[in-house]
Amino acid sequence: MNDTVLKEPASFDVDAVRGQFPILARLVHGRSLCYLDNGASGQRPQAVIDAVDDYERRHHANIHRGVHTLSQEATALYEAARDRVMSFIHARSRHEIIFVRGTTEAINLVAQSYARPLLGTGDEVLITHLEHHANIVPWQMLCEQTGAKLVVAPMDSRGEVHAEAVEALMSLRTRLLACAHVSNALGTVLPIRRLIRAAKARGIVTLIDGAQAVPHMSVDVEELDCDFYAFSGHKLYGPTGIGVLYGREALLERMPPWQGGGDMILSVSFEKTTFAALPAKFEAGTPNISGAVGLGAAIEYLESLDLRAVRAHEHSLLEHATRRLGRIDGLRIIGTAKDKASLISFTVAGVHPHDLGTVADEDGIAIRTGHHCAMPVMEFFKVPATARASLAFYNTFGEIDRLAAAVERARALFC
Amino acid sequence: MELTELYRDIILDHNRRPRNFGPLEPADLAAEGFNPLCGDRLTLKIKLCGDRIEDIRFEGQGCAISTASASLMTEAVKGKSRAQALDMFDRVHRLLTVDTAPEEDLGKIAALSGVREYPARVKCASLCWHTLASALKSATAQDIPAVSTE
Repeated sequence: MNDTVLKEPASFDVDAVRGQFPILARLVHGRSLCYLDNGASGQRPQAVIDAVDDYERRHHANIHRGVHTLSQEATALYEAARDRVMSFIHARSRHEIIFVRGTTEAINLVAQSYARPLLGTGDEVLITHLEHHANIVPWQMLCEQTGAKLVVAPMDSRGEVHAEAVEALMSLRTRLLACAHVSNALGTVLPIRRLIRAAKARGIVTLIDGAQAVPHMSVDVEELDCDFYAFSGHKLYGPTGIGVLYGREALLERMPPWQGGGDMILSVSFEKTTFAALPAKFEAGTPNISGAVGLGAAIEYLESLDLRAVRAHEHSLLEHATRRLGRIDGLRIIGTAKDKASLISFTVAGVHPHDLGTVADEDGIAIRTGHHCAMPVMEFFKVPATARASLAFYNTFGEIDRLAAAVERARALFC
Repeated sequence: MELTELYRDIILDHNRRPRNFGPLEPADLAAEGFNPLCGDRLTLKIKLCGDRIEDIRFEGQGCAISTASASLMTEAVKGKSRAQALDMFDRVHRLLTVDTAPEEDLGKIAALSGVREYPARVKCASLCWHTLASALKSATAQDIPAVSTE
């Protein structure tokens, strides 16, 4: 294979984009940072840093409380962020956007508030083999609490989940299908449209873990027709500690609050509390206001880019990484699904992923090494851990070549 | 800090060709170590002669630091009493975490001193020692304690 065949698309000015992310200019061990761990957390553009800074310096107060100017400004900024999220994922109503800490909290909220009161012995929750622990453990806990059963749909040796295999496990007792949109450990894009359609036809409620999807593809919850969709702000180039649970309004209305406290009530007496309307019902206590402001700014930033060019660039990065790394002796790509997001998991014979991670770091390259919070996936592929390069639109072909060189160096050292 | 300070030749050698690697039957003491952060697993088996470690072998999978550390450890504690082995654990722990460690009396294990510049890797080097301490404190090989470095 010839490297010169693949070129970075000219329509996308990656240098200009990189200039908008201050951290990409820093050195690590004397080398320019090569950040390939975007699946764990993305970096923040200046626009997000500025929005959070401006909020902290000029507008901070508690929301939904005071009549004073700052409280009103903070409330307006927080609620504007909600509106931005709503239009970003094409929700029908701002009542359907619940701010949470992240994807993990969103899934736990659905497990405890939606599913727990409904499920009983013999009911089933259907997930897939490639889920992140955040989309396994909350359901296991729920099953412990309710006597329901966790049913796991298989994947194949390429890391693909086939809709027929999942549909075959949808039974009369299946109450909920919870699955990833994109696998964090393998990059596989799941056939969620078909899965949601099949579930809906059987009256099964659907939750999609979109943590790894939202940074790489446009999501339209109305068109998908899912019941719940969860994602995190920090993987979308926003702050940590803020995330979103989208829920269909009719379902959210029926669900009891998850946590009790301030901001989620209409009136409280010692005899009776009346809960607030959506979305406040699910946002007890003072939320992460600056986080929401930062998330809103991250979405605004993304929407200012030519998203088609962004997607094309990410796709070409994945192709280049697959070819370039695939040429290395002893390197095995884990997860070779036809439809993948820009993420590549791999092992190198004779080199443990942790040693590879240290060798790469010495060269300023950040990759994730370990089980990626997906131990069942590691078990399936019979590997204790993998190295993972997860690529964002600000990455370059040159950075992938640097990673390939680090892998070669590690091979020379250990093999 | 150069990578060669972390991955000294002796560590690379013990990673490629770990000593005392494989099963040990019958064993008097055993323990399992697990580092959930990176998935390293280690099973340690010990044959005693009175209070002395007559034979010790390990199995499992881990990174170069963890494999070499286990290999070096088995060489170092063979023939030692329980108390001597536990005393060595303390000194290795200091070697891995404190700057002014007495390197000279630890022999080849001193090659692991580079690890202290890499805080994320200290657990890799110490996993086998925690497992050893746990085995030495267990009563029999049937009573297999599991230790975790998390």
